[in-house]
Formats: sequence, structure tokens, C-alpha cells
Amino acid sequence: MDNQVTNILVVGIGGQGVMTATEILAEAAIALGQDVKKTEVAGMAQRGGVVSSHLRFGAKVLSPQITPGTADLLLAFESAEALRWCHMLKPGALVLMNTAKLVPPVVNIGLYDYPADPVAEIRKRGFEVRAFDAMDIAMNLGEIKLGNTVMLGAVGDHLPFPAEALLDAIVKRFSARKPALVELNRKAFAAGRAAAASTQAQKEAA
Amino acid sequence: MSAVLPAPAQSRLLLSGNDAVARAVWESGVKVAAAYPGTPATEMLEAISSYPDVYAEWSVNEKVSLEVAVGAAYSGSRAFCSMKHVGMNVASDALMTLTLTGVIGGLVIAIADDVGLSSSQNEQDSRYWGRFGHLPIFEPADSQEAYAMTKAAYEISERFQVPVILRLTTRICHVKAMVTVGERVPHAASGFKKDPARWVMTPAGAGKRIPLMFERDAALKAESEASAWNVTEAGSDRRVGFVTSGPAWMHVRESFPNAPVLKLGFSCPVPVEKIRAFAATVDKLVVVEETEPLVETELKAAGVACLGKEILPRQGELAPAVIKPAIAKLLGEPVPAGVIPILPAAQVFPRPPTMCVACPHLGVYYTLSQIKNTFIAGDIGCYTLGAGHPWNALDTTISMGASMGIALGLDKGRAEADKDKRILAVIGDSTFMHMGMQGLLDMVYNGGNVTVMLLDNRAVGMTGGQNNPGNGRDIHGAPAPRIDFAKLVEGLGVKKERIHVVNPYVLPTLFKTIREEIKIPEVSVIITDQPCVLVQDYVKQQPVEVIDDKCTGCGNCVGVGCPAIHVMRREKAIKPSGKEVELQFVQIETAACTGCNLCVQPCAPGAIVPADTTKPLRLIKH
Repeated sequence: MDNQVTNILVVGIGGQGVMTATEILAEAAIALGQDVKKTEVAGMAQRGGVVSSHLRFGAKVLSPQITPGTADLLLAFESAEALRWCHMLKPGALVLMNTAKLVPPVVNIGLYDYPADPVAEIRKRGFEVRAFDAMDIAMNLGEIKLGNTVMLGAVGDHLPFPAEALLDAIVKRFSARKPALVELNRKAFAAGRAAAASTQAQKEAA
Repeated sequence: MSAVLPAPAQSRLLLSGNDAVARAVWESGVKVAAAYPGTPATEMLEAISSYPDVYAEWSVNEKVSLEVAVGAAYSGSRAFCSMKHVGMNVASDALMTLTLTGVIGGLVIAIADDVGLSSSQNEQDSRYWGRFGHLPIFEPADSQEAYAMTKAAYEISERFQVPVILRLTTRICHVKAMVTVGERVPHAASGFKKDPARWVMTPAGAGKRIPLMFERDAALKAESEASAWNVTEAGSDRRVGFVTSGPAWMHVRESFPNAPVLKLGFSCPVPVEKIRAFAATVDKLVVVEETEPLVETELKAAGVACLGKEILPRQGELAPAVIKPAIAKLLGEPVPAGVIPILPAAQVFPRPPTMCVACPHLGVYYTLSQIKNTFIAGDIGCYTLGAGHPWNALDTTISMGASMGIALGLDKGRAEADKDKRILAVIGDSTFMHMGMQGLLDMVYNGGNVTVMLLDNRAVGMTGGQNNPGNGRDIHGAPAPRIDFAKLVEGLGVKKERIHVVNPYVLPTLFKTIREEIKIPEVSVIITDQPCVLVQDYVKQQPVEVIDDKCTGCGNCVGVGCPAIHVMRREKAIKPSGKEVELQFVQIETAACTGCNLCVQPCAPGAIVPADTTKPLRLIKH
């Protein structure tokens, strides 16, 4: 019944590049001949709000929206957003998340608390979590904007197609728009891939 | 200016619904396209403006955009106009008589309903305009249909000489899906033919056109009954048959793959007889429509038994998570697994959109939050966010330009208890030109006691910084005449000495100007003149940072509301007066700060200084 459609949910906050990352994932799936639908709830066209982007691909996709409880994978660009959206996942599914906590003004001015340990809370709900600091990785490569490609690298080994297909989509996009950045993005992709793998190794060792 | 070579015919592209409509507009040989920006419709005109061979404009409001398109269609050219749902409220004065004159060149009006309220002040259903205005409606369900139906709509428009509504929703406009595109077919204008009986709608002339409109209704009804866009999809599970349209069709297909479905693509006039025949083949008929029960009501009136809003919500999207449980309940079945979320959503703080770092509106709202005893009528734009924390400095918002009339009404209708209240109105440059100018004129003419804050940030900020007559650039970014707001408001009758142009980043001047003007019992206009930080006019400055051991935790800077200011530590303290206060020790994210200096000004201990440029920029991620 649940056919061969893959449901990936990408979440974060406005201005982080969530929609672009989802678009690149979509381009990779299209290049492999899949039918694709991608939809966002981005709220008002302003920065700093919640962004959740739904990507569905398979032989034939009807509804563009992922039904709660059916997402195969959650790619979260921000910690509290990972917690906010993890109920969309299938039981026991994988969360790939940035550990950075981006605190909004409503928390800064003291109206709300930021969750103390989002990773622990998500694990408590029975999901597998691989968490890493994508912003640090990006900054170490010299450019915060690479965080987007780091996140894509992290998801590379958890797709129903090879990570190289996703890397190809990134390279294609940057070759067309900013060829000077192709190599840096390859590095960011590899770093993200390694980060997601090493958190797995840590978990197995533990 | 930004025109690129369009993708060749037969290309298969990942397009949003908005982009798909734009491609079809270009392929249909449209000569004139006009719109005012509005989420989720904005990208249609943006995309059209990138195609060659089409005249595209940002109009000052939706009514003007429709009238521009109508004039082109009267000339026999194909024309296009797009708007968000509430835009049609503004344009409807033209629409309701346009339906009598009809058109020569094809005219398609795309109206984007914000089902689910992602970025709007209401959730009205634009399919009402088809009923109210006797106009045909197409309802695409995805990008490919948005493309194909736009082309079909031009054919219908010209065959019946009627404007056609293309009803979109957020879940069409902003969903990207695969589209196979085709060839552009040029369209030659037949030219404007003088015909006062048709184009000059006097009472006598209009009276003669009304029967023709009714004849057209009948012809369109026959077209709808026979239309291949209204298609029956067979299904083996005949317990429930569905009548549905737009994105709701996708959700029905996804949820009930074996159910018979009558999909309405040409949904107004409703093909009642086709549905009646379909109803006879199923046990129960359920109408799944977003948002109001229009088809349902018409079916019931025609004696076709059906269910609709008795079992489905009248608000929001009818996604699988909504319709599956409703139908299971109808059939007396348990709700299928995987439909109800496995877990309740975690309770996480809300994260509403915020004003940007260094936004010029921050200075205005910080200042307004410091002035007590006010009523502040607000308007539609980024500055609507001034109603939120930490400013809480905006008291009303209903519609474009409404701050003017509402402020005047608050003044004239004030209760005895409010006699000392100062009334202000806050409006942005684009909203002022859209529908605020008339309200200001009314205020001047009728002797209002209102201080108007005209926040000129040289862009339509909320929708992404589109150009407008206030910034001297057209839709392509090419130079265009630039309006002078001080002269404009003076022309509307505001006294010259009551008009002030101030820099919103200079807080003492802004504060003093507002304080003085609210005391004067007549119309004042205070114009702020700094650009939106997201447009090309904005120039970044050197970031600022906090000297840790100088910060006393007073929290004054937090009141500015800039997202680059982070509270790193809180402490309770007892003031000499005995009052307990919470100290907020802050840091500034220098990687985000652009040095507007707004936070420097209220900082009591002088702890905020230009950042040390030899150190790397700081990212605050807690």
C-alpha cells in the first residue's frame, strides 16, 4: 500500500538554505528518472521563521505532502526544529541533525525556554539520531554557507540511491552558477558524509 | 533585462505551479501581464518578467493590474493578471462589470488562495468570484495541470469572450513538480474596435449586456458538462465516490486509490448532470473541496445527495491526515495505521518570522514601544510584526491601506476615557501607494488628529523586496520614475511643517519628532527613509560587539528586538528600591550584525562598541 515513494523531510529556519538543499535532493532524484514533488511550509516570506520542506519521490507521486508518521528520514538544520518535527517520522526512523542551537528572539527575551537536550528527547521517542555540528564543520572549511552542503553530505549514505548521485547534483548546480565553489562543496559534502558516519561509529562503540 | 533563453519545447522541468503558469503565459503569446506582489502569487509575474516578448509590470495595486490587463484584452491582445486571494477584493470593482463587457483577446486572471493561512490575514475562497461574477474557473491540481489549464483557459476565454479565473492555492503555487513544456505560439492582436454599446457601461448599455451574460452562463454550463477537464476515474471500491478539485484531488487519490473519483478541473459552472450520473454509480458521494462548501451546496440544491462539510473541515488543507480518518469514521471502520501521528508533536517554543537584523523598522518600533498612551493602527507588511514581542506596538491590522481610515475612525470615534490617547498609523511605502493614499487624503480633508508613520524602505519587503514606484526601478530593475513621498503627501494636503523625513537609525531624532507630532492635533506624516536590508540599496557597516565586563545586564538593547542580540546569561537582582529585576547579559552575533548601531544607542553603560575586525566573526549557536 505504502508503495515505493520515499518521503524526506528537511527542516530548519528561514535563511539557512533548507529549500535549496531540498531542491538539490530533488534534482538528484530527477536525474535518476524519478517522479518528484517538493513542497514547503515557509510561513511569511521573512527570515527566522520555521521552514519545513517535504520531498517525495518514486515511480509516481500524488500528494506533495508527507503524512505525519510516514517520513522515512528527517534532515534537520537546527536542533529544536529536529525535535519539533520528529513526530512526522515512521517509528524508529533516522534523524540526521545539526547540533547547533539557533535561539530566536522569543527565547532571548525570556518568553520561552529552549529545550535542554533535543538529541536526548528525540532518542527518547525511539528515533535513531546522528548529530553533528554542521556549522563548525562549515566554518572549519572557511565558509558558513557550506553548512547546507555539509547537511547534504550527511544524508548521502541514507538515500535509496548512491551518495554520488547527490554529489553529482551539487556539482552540476555549482558548475552552472559558481564554478569556483565546486571543489569547496565537494569537501563540504565529504565532511558531512564523514560526520554522519562517525556519529554512527561512536554509537556502535558506546 | 534578466530575460534568459526559455527552455526548449518538450523539456521536462521541475517547476513550481507559479513557474508553470508563467511558462504557459509565455507559450500562449500573451502580450501584457500585470500584478501586485502577494504571497503565494508573487512568483508568477516575477517569472513572466524573465521571458522575452511579454510586457510585464508591477502595478501599484491589484485593481490597476486587472484594468491594465483588461485594456490589453480589449485591444485583442492576450493578457494575464495574477494576485493573491485578498487582491481580488481590491480588483473586484473592475471584475464585476468586466463580466458584462467580456473581452476580445484572451484574459486569464490567476487568483492564489492561501489555504492554510501561511502568509495571509484571512482564508477566503476565490471560487465565489466565479459564482458572483458569472465567470468560468479552472482548478489545477499540480504544476503540469497549472501549465496545461492556463493554455486551455486562453482558448475558453477567446471562444466565449469571457475572462477566465485560474484558481490556485498555496499548495499549487509553491509545490515543485515535473512539467513537460511546449512551443510558444505567437498571438496577433486584432486591435481595439470602438463599440460604445459594449465598452462604455452606462446603465442602459449594461442592462442590455446582462441577458447576454445569462446566455453565456448556459453555454459555459454545457461546456463544463462536456469538458474533458471534468473526468470520472473508475474505482473498484464503490462504497464512497468522491467529487473533488485542485490539490484536494491529489490527497483523495493518495488516500483512496481504489475509490471512484470525479475530478473537477473546469469547476465552475459545476457540471451537475455529470456528477448526478456519477453519484448513481456509488453508495455515498463525498465532496472534498478547499475551503467552502460551494460544489456541495450547489449539488444539494440540485437534489444530488452528498456529504461534505458535515464530515470535513471548512478550514485549512484537506490533506490525507484529515480526510482518511473522516472517511474511516463515515464507513464505521477503524482509522488505518500510519494516519494518526505515531507520536504527538513535541512541545517546542514558537518560532515566528522575525524582523531582520538591522531592519530599519526596528528603530521605529523600539521608539513606539517607549511612547505610552497610544493607539497604533497598523497595516499589511513586514511592519505588521511590530504587533509582536518585544515591541507590542501595533494595535490593528485588517487590510491593505486600512491603517489610515482606522486611525481616523479611532480618532473620531474615541470614547471619553480615550480622549487623551494619541492616535498613530503605521504604513509602508508600497502599501501606502497601493491603497493608503486615499485614506490619507480622507484624513486631511476631514480634519483628523493622527500621526502617520510612513515607513519607506524602498521595496515591497514582505514578498521579497520587489521594486515599486518608491525606489525608481521597474520590474526588470531598469530605471523608472521615482516618487517623492514628502511631495506626494504635501500634494494630498498635509501641511509642509507637519511633514518630516527622518533616519530611523537615529533614535533621539526619531523619538523627539514623534513626541512632538503626536501632541499636535492635526495630520502629521513622519517618513522614514532607510532601505530594506534585503535590497541592493542597503549598505552594510562594521559590526558591533559587547564588551563583556561592561555589560550590566540592563536589557535595554534586548528591547530593540534585533535577532543578532543574544541573551547569554540571566541573573536575578534586587534594585535599591527593593524591586526584583532580571538582568540579561548579552552578546552580539558579529557574523550577522551589519552595524546599524540601533542597539548602541540605548546601551546605558556604553558596552557596545565597533567589533574588533582582527578577530573572526562570531556565530552564536548556544
